[in-house]
Amino acid sequence: MTALLLVPLLLPFAVQPLAGRALDRLGPVAALWALTLTAIVLAGASVSALGALVLTGLLKLPLFAALGELVRPLPTPSDLLVLPAAAAATGVLTVSVLTILRSALRQLRAFRSARVQAERSPTAGDLCVIDSPHPDAYALPGRPNRIVVTTAMLRTLGPAEREALFAHERAHNAGSHHRFLVAAELAAHCHPGLRRVRGAIQLAAERAADEAAAAAVGDRRLTARAIARAALAAQASRSTRPDFASAATTGPVPQRVAALLASPEARPRTASWIALLLAACTAVSACAAVTGVITFHHEVEVAQGEAPR
Amino acid sequence: MTDAKDERRPAGELEATVMAALWAAGRPRTPAQVQADLASDLARTTVTTILSRLYEKGIVDRHRQGRGYAYFPVQDAPGLTARRMHSELDRDADRETVLARFVAQLSSDDERLLRELLESGEQ
Repeated sequence: MTALLLVPLLLPFAVQPLAGRALDRLGPVAALWALTLTAIVLAGASVSALGALVLTGLLKLPLFAALGELVRPLPTPSDLLVLPAAAAATGVLTVSVLTILRSALRQLRAFRSARVQAERSPTAGDLCVIDSPHPDAYALPGRPNRIVVTTAMLRTLGPAEREALFAHERAHNAGSHHRFLVAAELAAHCHPGLRRVRGAIQLAAERAADEAAAAAVGDRRLTARAIARAALAAQASRSTRPDFASAATTGPVPQRVAALLASPEARPRTASWIALLLAACTAVSACAAVTGVITFHHEVEVAQGEAPR
Repeated sequence: MTDAKDERRPAGELEATVMAALWAAGRPRTPAQVQADLASDLARTTVTTILSRLYEKGIVDRHRQGRGYAYFPVQDAPGLTARRMHSELDRDADRETVLARFVAQLSSDDERLLRELLESGEQ
């Protein structure tokens, strides 16, 4: 039983290398869906497996065995293996719950603050303008959907580039991309192996909006230029550079610009392979978690003397 | 973009476009000037209609200029609160994911790469 529960804990690491490739091969919208569904299932399976491990450990303790009305000990591998595993699972699960709560609170606060700010700012159509010297722009989901842009951003871009920016933000709202981002955030807090998948989901959402914007304004180069100029202006306005900005890897913005400047090519044949592998990992993880939990439940019933061995 | 296509866009999008042009200009603009500031080929009458609609909603103000009006965005005390709140938001900029931001933080390598891409893209 315990071995089966390890599968959902290890699979997120196997999915990591697939996440980056999924975006190249599947195209942004398909990758966004595939990666988000994968992340949700893997996160759920991993949490269930951890939960089962925690319960196994608890039922090994005399107090909880009595509370669980066990008439005979739970059949498990050696206590030397199960108890440390259960202790580790308890620690990981606690940390996950705490980080999820903290992140949820912080996101909610940021969202509310943005919403209040948008309500107080002059709004024309779906556009909220914020008078600020920092170039910034984001999509603000809600009823009604808004796009929020600072005056510095409006002045950084030319008229056609502004239209590309608006089309980009409208695509975020039309596609409800915030739902995908929230799911990715939750999944990343459930299992550290899913952090890279979260990064891939964020990039897929931006790429999907970029492609929609390029289609709306009918010019890929123009859209690429708008993104590049906005990013450089935003960078210049930041007084301090944070330590975590690593210089070793290519960040999401140059990748987006390069993808727009490259001509859109036909999807390679490997696309179906990536999709199949993602689906297989998801299915294996879900099956292992479900089987593991059902087996655990059955073993508890046996130990309670309610079911035959 | 063709004239007809632009005229058929939803009214809200046209208002957004016109208001963005006014804010970007940073000084009062006549309908003709706004029309020249736009990437799309909206008719002058359309621009005038949108501007007067924005004026009626109290989002822009205007003063007489020649035979017509020059329009400018309304800026008042609430703008100050908005600015303060924005700097609050800005602090957590790239860590918050629920708001899909247009551009993320750049590393120094990113910055160099981006300038190269921008140059190659403009050729």
